[in-house]
Parts: sequence; structure tokens; C-alpha cells
Amino acid sequence: MPFIPHTPQEVQEMLSVLGVEQLEQLFEEIPGALLCQEALPLPTPLNEIGLTRLMRARAGQDRALLCFAGAGAYEHHIPAAIWEIATRGEYYSAYTPYQAEASQGTLQVLYEYQSMMAALLQMEVVNASLYDGATALAEAILMAIRSRPNLPKRVLLPDNLHPHYRQVLQGMLTGQAIEMVALPFDRQGGQIDAQALAAHVPGSFAALVVAQPNFFGTLEDVEQLTDWAHAQQALLIAVVNPLSLGLLQAPGSWGTTGADIACGEGQPLGIPLSSGGPYFGFMGCKQSLLRQMPGRIAGRTLDRDQEEGFVLTLQAREQHIRRAKATSNICTNQGLMTVAATIYLSLLGPTGLQQTALACHQNTMAMATHLQQIPGVRLFFDRPFFHEIVLQLPVDAQALHTALEREGFCAGVPLGSYYPEMANMLLLCATEMRTADEMEQLARAMRAQLPQER
Amino acid sequence: MEPLLSQLSRPQRTNRQHTPGVDPAAAVANSHPGLGRFLRQAPPLLPEVSELDAVRHFTRLSQKNFSVDTHFYPLGSCTMKYNPRVCNTVAMQAGFLQRHPLASAQSGQGVMACLFELQEMLRQLTGMAALSLTPMAGAQGEYAGVAMIAAYHRQRGDVQRSEMLIPDAAHGTNPATAALCGFSVREIATDGNGDLDLAALAAALGPQTAGLMLTNPSTLGVFERRIGQIAQMVHQAGGLLYYDGANLNAIAGRVRPGEMGFDAIHINVHKTFATPHGGGGPGAGPVGVSERLRPFLPIPMVAQGDEGQFYWLTEEHCPLSIGRLSTFSGNIGVLLRAYAYLRLTGGEGMRRVASFATLNANYLMARLTQAGFQAAFPARRATHEFIITLQQEAKQFGVTALDFAKRLLDYGFYAPTIYFPMLVPECLLIEPTETESLESLERFVAAMVAIRQEAMENPQQVRQAPLAVPVPLGGHSRLDDTLAARKPNLRW
Repeated sequence: MPFIPHTPQEVQEMLSVLGVEQLEQLFEEIPGALLCQEALPLPTPLNEIGLTRLMRARAGQDRALLCFAGAGAYEHHIPAAIWEIATRGEYYSAYTPYQAEASQGTLQVLYEYQSMMAALLQMEVVNASLYDGATALAEAILMAIRSRPNLPKRVLLPDNLHPHYRQVLQGMLTGQAIEMVALPFDRQGGQIDAQALAAHVPGSFAALVVAQPNFFGTLEDVEQLTDWAHAQQALLIAVVNPLSLGLLQAPGSWGTTGADIACGEGQPLGIPLSSGGPYFGFMGCKQSLLRQMPGRIAGRTLDRDQEEGFVLTLQAREQHIRRAKATSNICTNQGLMTVAATIYLSLLGPTGLQQTALACHQNTMAMATHLQQIPGVRLFFDRPFFHEIVLQLPVDAQALHTALEREGFCAGVPLGSYYPEMANMLLLCATEMRTADEMEQLARAMRAQLPQER
Repeated sequence: MEPLLSQLSRPQRTNRQHTPGVDPAAAVANSHPGLGRFLRQAPPLLPEVSELDAVRHFTRLSQKNFSVDTHFYPLGSCTMKYNPRVCNTVAMQAGFLQRHPLASAQSGQGVMACLFELQEMLRQLTGMAALSLTPMAGAQGEYAGVAMIAAYHRQRGDVQRSEMLIPDAAHGTNPATAALCGFSVREIATDGNGDLDLAALAAALGPQTAGLMLTNPSTLGVFERRIGQIAQMVHQAGGLLYYDGANLNAIAGRVRPGEMGFDAIHINVHKTFATPHGGGGPGAGPVGVSERLRPFLPIPMVAQGDEGQFYWLTEEHCPLSIGRLSTFSGNIGVLLRAYAYLRLTGGEGMRRVASFATLNANYLMARLTQAGFQAAFPARRATHEFIITLQQEAKQFGVTALDFAKRLLDYGFYAPTIYFPMLVPECLLIEPTETESLESLERFVAAMVAIRQEAMENPQQVRQAPLAVPVPLGGHSRLDDTLAARKPNLRW
């Protein structure tokens, strides 16, 4: 029987110990009307040969496109060692490390993950991960509200934050009666409109959310925004791309005293695109906010022989202890994904991370230069960017995107469904994976699809 | 202790094989002219180790873990069954891994076919009207279920329903989720047989009741026999019924929660459907609903068009949806593994899973009882898990459930769940799962008997456990949780 080791003789032995004759009798306490008499009509079971054949065909149906899409998920080099190690059974098939002495491997990895992420973000403490970027931000907002009980339950949320993040926040924060106030973006640069901030007076909101880079890829004046938020007695929540921090200023050093909470999507650190998941969310904060932080945290301690080791700590914040009064209902972290990210950061190191981030930026620069030479195509925002750009087209972006997909490109993300006034705009990304030749191919294909005359 | 990665670091040790060729001399020329003021002043303080150092380090660390692949893991309420290797292999194919989440549905028909069929299979197994795969973990599935119950009452203008009823034996996520959705929580007591106290339930029900969250079989390892009556009482009071799918492995393919009267259910695919626990995630928590909650299901979901093509259902198709719970479409890689597992088992195989999980649990309970241990509910048939109470041993020898658990590590077993559910004193919640052989179960019984003998003869030794989990496994004696919490050391 698949994955069931019992021989017929053993089954008989076991049943006789229980004093019953048939397996069915083990369900005797269940009211008869509830019991299904037959197997449910699921597809006929396959053996491993059949399953492999089926899944090979299914994977083959998913088209390999040349990827110029970003928008929160990025194609990066993933060193082969990462998933060779992360899928070792000892990581793959272990449970949450509650029994510390039997889980030192996972626990030390989590501690090293927290240490490296803290260095990358320049935040004092980092938790052992959350589900993904959007839910990490939702948790960050809940945490900010909890830590500012005297301020209104209101946060400022820029329109240039990832639209899917805003949708997730809508869903997750309404139960807590948290008000989200939209901040418009500047039409020239795509950054938060500084003039719109003036409408908000000190003490009228608990936190300001800033994404660096923002959804359009352009860079925010994080120094000024951080100091402004603090001057209004609010917390500053930074949403950052961890890979960009090889190059860009870390949230812990924004403004005079730094962001209070930093969070984001961990996928760029060694996690495959996989149609959107599993990824992981990360979160770091100032020491003073530690006890409001949700999720698991690994800590270093001593055993009875004074040897150093690791445990899950500060569990008094969590649902299995505090129940309805917990900081969150979150139970899992994304354990295996943090193993991958930890190996990624170890293999890349400071130099590798910096070079990768720089290559992403330079490739995107080169792509922008190429594509702008096409008649009618221009860069929509004039601000400095990291590795994404918004391209204004002379045609509907969705139609062009569909046409280019037929040519084998995943040509970015059309913005019309998120911002109706941006129907002829395309959000494009070129990571370190794209070659000069591939960018040339994209330019050529795009040129061929567009009207020749201006 | 394995040295920390930071201790292996040497300045300027790099892995050029992983860095793109960037010409540092042209760095300024090839960058945006306005980039300068956004740059980091100094590179992040990350360790600098060679690839071989890293590979050895993380391989050695892995060897310090107990896992299903290396040890019997009878962790109650967690269903630590074997995770078939082939499910990982087929999910890790390039076609699946490379696909961008915002690529068109046309370019992802392979993965979407798997997801659609998984949706249908889970719907069959649960007997629910409709199902969304998008929640990223059990707790998020719970959140979705409770948020839908809230949305349902709100849509009917029934705004007074502010209270969620939860048995005292429930998982901690239940009350935490109810609170996150804005409900107050009222606990319902359990009676002496491990069933819900119906008088307490009747007294609690009223116009303020939003619903009842129930795990069946319960966390006490017994089936709630009066579920029909409970469902009727809750529905009559205008509340809805939430099913926590934590224990679905006990009844999969045999009893369908939809037929028990539940309105919403979440499924932990990392339990029943053998996807890996991964040292604490990633999981996936599909959520199913009865007809009346269908409009509120979280997006996106996969649907099939007239010509057989698959497409995403989004807010356009589902205006009443509680919305999006993840940036993209949930933990698709995990769902693919669950899909592969279900294609291997089929309907007959799932029935077998429930039968043998139940057989193993009842056998182990019977053998431990024979050996003199006290079952918490000896008169009841165990489901896929059962509780032993060590109250007697604690009183006689001064050796607690925690001590037993830690000593089991020395014997090469991961410990059962301890001190949960909280209403049984000094409890071990034991779940062997269907994938363990008779020999494993017997070895476990022998270890329990040996530990009790030690407790009798030398209780101090058991209280000190683990004495030292064998090197290179943990290599540790008992770690100090109190010190860790009092002086948090959370990074190097």
C-alpha cells in the first residue's frame, strides 16, 4: 500500500490486540449516517511512473518566457547549492523547532537568518519570518497600531504601494477597524506627493508606510519622509526589497533615527518565482518594539552544561500561549524559505549582493536606453529608479503585452488594471539575469509591434 | 556547537561564481546620474565565506535536526507523516519554478490544471460547496473562514453577532484568529468524556453568537459524536459553524465535514496531504465553504471556461469576496505537492490513510495502557491521536511530562506534544500517523517503559534530560528557555 508499511499479518496482530476484527470497527463511535460507505470519486491512483509522466507534461505546458516582469517577484540567479541543501530531509521534513534540543539545526539557521537580515536592514531585531511581503506589511501596521495606543487607528498608505499589498491590507485590517488614508503620488516622479503630507497634522495617525523602491520602481526621499513621520509622532514603516539593500541605503539609517519597522518580500533572496509562492515575508524593528513583534523568534541561550545553543523565545507573545490576546494569529513562519535565504546571503556575501544589485540597476538603465529609442515610447517618470521602470507606450499596454507573449516574452506588467489612467503604461524590470542580447531582442520585438510613424 | 557563520568569515573571501560581471570602473557611467544620494554608505556586514564552507556549515547544521526522514516523530496534532520524495521532485521542475506570478493564465495552463483539479478533489473530500486554495497556512485559512462568517453576518445587517464560541480544548490559533477578525471569544467547556458540554453551549448561544469553531475529531483525540445536534443548535441560534481541519487525517475519505453541517473549513495540507513541514513552514491552508458563504471566498481561485481553458477568478468575478490574502495566489509550490500526493493515493488511498492512522493510534494507546500508562479517555475509541496523562508519574516520582518528553529525545524519538490540550494535566498528545511501522510503535512503547523505570529508580536523571542528545545531533543538555526570554540574544 502506498506509504503504509503494514503487512496483512501485522494488521491482524494489531487488530487482535484491540479486540476487533476489522478496521471498519475503529470508526464505530462515528454516527453511521455520517460515514461514507465507499471511496470518494477521486481520480484513479497513479503510481510513481504515472505521476512523473503526468507532472512532466503539466510542467511542460507552462511556457518558458523571457522574463522582464517584476512587480514584487523577481527572477534572480539561484545558486545550485541552495535547494540541494534546503531540500535535505533534515530541513524539509522537520517540524517547528519547539523541542529545541532536537532542532538545533533549524534554530541556528533561524538565528543566523535573523542576524544577517538585521545587518542588511540595519534593524536591531528581526523575527524568523512571516508568510509573504503583503502580509508582513499588514502585521507591521497592526504592530504599529498596538504600540501607539494613544493615537488614532489610522495609517497613511501611499497609492504607489504595490496594489496587491493594498488589497491584502484592505482585507486584513478591516476587522480591526483600522483606517487607511491614501497618499497620492507625484505624476512626474512617481514618488509620494510631498505636498499631500501637509494635510496631516501631528498626532492624527499612527504610522506612515513608505515603499523603497515604490511600485513604479522609483526612489523615495526616505530621509525627509522618515523625519517628517517622526515629527508627527508617528512610526515609519519601511517596505523594502532586500536585494536592493546591497546597493541602497538601509531602512535603519533613514533620516535622523531610522525607520521603526522594516518589512517586505523575501523572494529575491534565493526563492524561485513559482507562480507566486511559497515566498517569505521578513520583518525587523527597533528594540523598543520587540515585544509587539508578531511571529517566531529564535534566541541564543545556554544549556545545563553552560554550552551555547538556541531556542524559540519570547513565546509569551504568541497564539499558543496568549490565545485571544496574542500579537497575531500567525502560527507558522516560512521555515524552509528562510533556510534558502540564509544560504543565499552566505553565498553572495556583501560583495555579491552589492554586485547583483548594481547589475540589476545597470541592466534596467540599459533597457531603458534601448526602449526609449523606439518611436512613441518614453520613460514616464523622471526620478532615479532601482531596477524597474514605467514605460509610456503609443498603444494599449495590455494589447502589446499579449502580442509580445506570443513572441516568447513576459514583457512586464500592464498597469491599466491597477491604475485606469495608466492603460498605456508597462512596468518593466531587467535583473542581473538579462543579457544585452535579450534586451535587444525585446526592443526589436516591441518595435515590430508598434506603429512605425509617430 | 557548530561555529556561527560569522566566525567562519574572512574579509574579502568571495564567491565570484555567483556574481554577475559588473565593471566597477564603469559603475558610475552605467548608473542613473541621480542615484548617488540613495546609496548605502558601507556594504552590509554579512559574513564572507567560501561556497564549500557554506555547504559544510549548512549540511552539518541539518544533521542536528530530528526530522521525519530520520526519526519517529509522534507529535500530536501535527500529523508528521512521511513526505513522499516524488512530490518534491515533480513540483521542483523548471516549468513550474520559472513561471512569473503575473504571467498570463494562457502561459500557465499546466500549473492551473493541477490547481483546479486539487480544488475539486479537496471539495470532494470535504463535502463543501466551493473552495479557495489561496490561504498560505492553516492559521490564514482560519482567518479566511472567520472573516467570511463576519462578512456573511454583516451583509445580512446582522451586526450584533460579535461573539465567537470556542471549546476550551481548541488550538490557540482559534481564539487568536477570532480576535483578529474583531470578535470577542467565549470558551465552552468540555465534559468528562471529552465531548463538548452541551448545556454550556446552550447557555452561551444567543443573538450575539457569530459562530462556533470546532475541531472534529477534537484535540482530545476523540470524535465529537453529537456533532449533528451541535450544528443544529448553532444554526438555530443564527450562528455558523467553523471546522478546524487540523485533524482531518483521522477521517479523510470517510467523513465529510460538509455533511457534519459545517459552513467553513480550513485544511492543513502539510498535515493530511503530506506536504513538508519545512522546520515551520511553508504550509498552505485551503478554505472550503457551504453554499451560503460561497460569495465571500478569498481570491484568486481557478475556474475552467467552456473550452476547457483555466482562468483566475478575481474581484471582478467575486465582488463580495473577503479579498486577497497574499501578494499573488498563495503557496502554489506547496499545493502542487499536495496535488501530487492526492494523485498517488486517490479516494481509496485516502480512506486507507484514515484507517491506518486510526489503527496505529489505537494500537499504541492499547499497548501503552497495557504497560501501565493512563489514557486520558480510556473508555473512548482513539482517533488518529490520543492522550496519555502522566499525572500519576508526576505525583509518585516527581517527573513531569516535560521530563518524559526530553528524555525521549535521548532515546532517539522526537517528543509528543506536551501540555496541550491544557485541560488534561501532565499530558502527552501522541499521533503516530499511518506511515509508521509496527516496529516503530513497539520501540516507542519500550522507550516509554524504560523511562518510567528510570523515573522510579533515578528520577533526578530523567529530570535532567536530555542528558546529551547524541553528537552530532543536538549535542545539548536541556536548554534554558527562561534565560533566553529574560536576556534576549537574537542576533550575533
